Amino acid sequence: MSEAASSYSLAELMVVAASRVFDNEGEVLATGIGLLPRLAASLAMKTTNPDLMMTDSQSFLLSEPNPVSGMKTHAGQANETWLGFRAVFDNVWSGKRHAMVGPSQIDRFGQANISALGGTYQQPKVQLLGVRGFPGNSISHGNSFFVPQHSTRVFVEGECDVVGSIGYNPDRLPKGYTFDDIDVRQVITDLCVMDFNGPNRQMRIVSLHPGVTEQEVREKTGFELAVVENLGTTPAPTQAQLDVIAELDPLNARSKQLKDNPPGDRR
Amino acid sequence: MNKLQSAKEAVAAIQSGMTIGIGGWGPRRKPMALVRELLRSDATDLTVIAYGGADVGMLCAAGKVKKVIFAFVSLDFMPLEPGFRQARQAGAIEVFEIDEGMMLQGLRAASWRIPFIPTNVGLGTDVVARNPELKIIDSPYDDKEWVAMPALNMDVSLIHATRCDERGVCEIASPDIYMDDLFARAAKHTIVSCDELVPTSHFADPQVARSVFWERAHTQSVVHIPGGAHPSSSDPLYGFDVKHFKAYGEAVGAGEFEAYLNNHVVGKSEEDYQAQVGGLDAIQALPLPAY
Repeated sequence: MSEAASSYSLAELMVVAASRVFDNEGEVLATGIGLLPRLAASLAMKTTNPDLMMTDSQSFLLSEPNPVSGMKTHAGQANETWLGFRAVFDNVWSGKRHAMVGPSQIDRFGQANISALGGTYQQPKVQLLGVRGFPGNSISHGNSFFVPQHSTRVFVEGECDVVGSIGYNPDRLPKGYTFDDIDVRQVITDLCVMDFNGPNRQMRIVSLHPGVTEQEVREKTGFELAVVENLGTTPAPTQAQLDVIAELDPLNARSKQLKDNPPGDRR
Repeated sequence: MNKLQSAKEAVAAIQSGMTIGIGGWGPRRKPMALVRELLRSDATDLTVIAYGGADVGMLCAAGKVKKVIFAFVSLDFMPLEPGFRQARQAGAIEVFEIDEGMMLQGLRAASWRIPFIPTNVGLGTDVVARNPELKIIDSPYDDKEWVAMPALNMDVSLIHATRCDERGVCEIASPDIYMDDLFARAAKHTIVSCDELVPTSHFADPQVARSVFWERAHTQSVVHIPGGAHPSSSDPLYGFDVKHFKAYGEAVGAGEFEAYLNNHVVGKSEEDYQAQVGGLDAIQALPLPAY
């Protein structure tokens, strides 16, 4: 690996941090929903884990990831396997997948919501997408979360308004299940990296992005967090990683994903 | 058997109170001309099962829908489907919200004529907690609990295919068939609109025959409507109409869906509709999306 880059954006730092989720996953389908998570999965496939599988966001697996920007046509892409939406469920239920998704709400149990906000279930204040594939994903394979704006609106104090994915909630644990049957892996935000390896699967701060304080993370989270011993700083991208990212995102769409495209090092 | 009908003749099979399924996925290969015909009809109080897009949104906005069985209603590039969103936020519709894969299982169970398929999907989530009709069962083979995903039986399904013959042989030339074959099999009566009507000899090519995913006994009605998926896509023939979806969204947002209906649907023929949106040539020139 080359040395840490001297200059990089927060989006690039988050992509590199998110890509590490896929490093040791072996031969699984790496699904990143949204531009930055997709870039993270693609970066991992191009660098640390070439065994990953990747879709064209439509109906084929690719031996080489498509760029995340500047795609004009799917003609000529590196198809290797048909994987229409129904076959995706066969893959999901086989467990050979890791998905990184961006929920609207995440609670202290690692339960997540993209369905609806506020009001009642019969009449939500804000209808979002619906639970989509969250229930099946969360009980079938590893899942990580990508949060562009760490706040108490996302990391809610109580339970999610609609619990779309199973997490480490003892009150909702199905008969015959233990927490070991559930795999909510990592949370990458604009402030830090977290996992669920605190006491009793409590959400835990793993590293802080350069210039972010533990206090700031706690203030912007609606519940108590554990913290690793010897809390360190999220490693900066290397120049080699930035080069691969630039190749995968030739139009620099990553610069438009976070408000004002802040630098990665905010010290 | 000749199954060729006009859209109006075909959609007359849908009566108030029925459960209908709609094929396609979000903004892709939706039988929108059939949906427009349904919007013109007086059928109401419908239960709709779909991987939903503007099909579900427009039917909701028009007050045709009693209940939606869904995992999402979305146009992808417009994540929040305007008509559905408005109906939900007004508390105007009942819902049975399930996981995308559970819908596949429910369609599969209906197509196999079995009452349910056991699954772990939904356990530990509000899909189970908020849907008392979804039963949890013990397994005769292990000590875990399982969701019994019920068969999603339906009266009528609506599907858009690339090509059909008049006997109901349907080719899906798109790279993805979604769950269309399961909708065809799960319904008592299936209506298929197609971009192109072809002679039976078209299917003699084994590559084409491999793009036929259900046997013709499951197709009761064939409607030939070139461009009939508009504003959704019919890959490989044309892409979806981003501009039109946005205009529809803006109309709903401004409380002017009725004006949209009056301009495009009510009292209009499909020819009128296509003229309104730039003509069939313009529809067929819509580029396929690239992600």
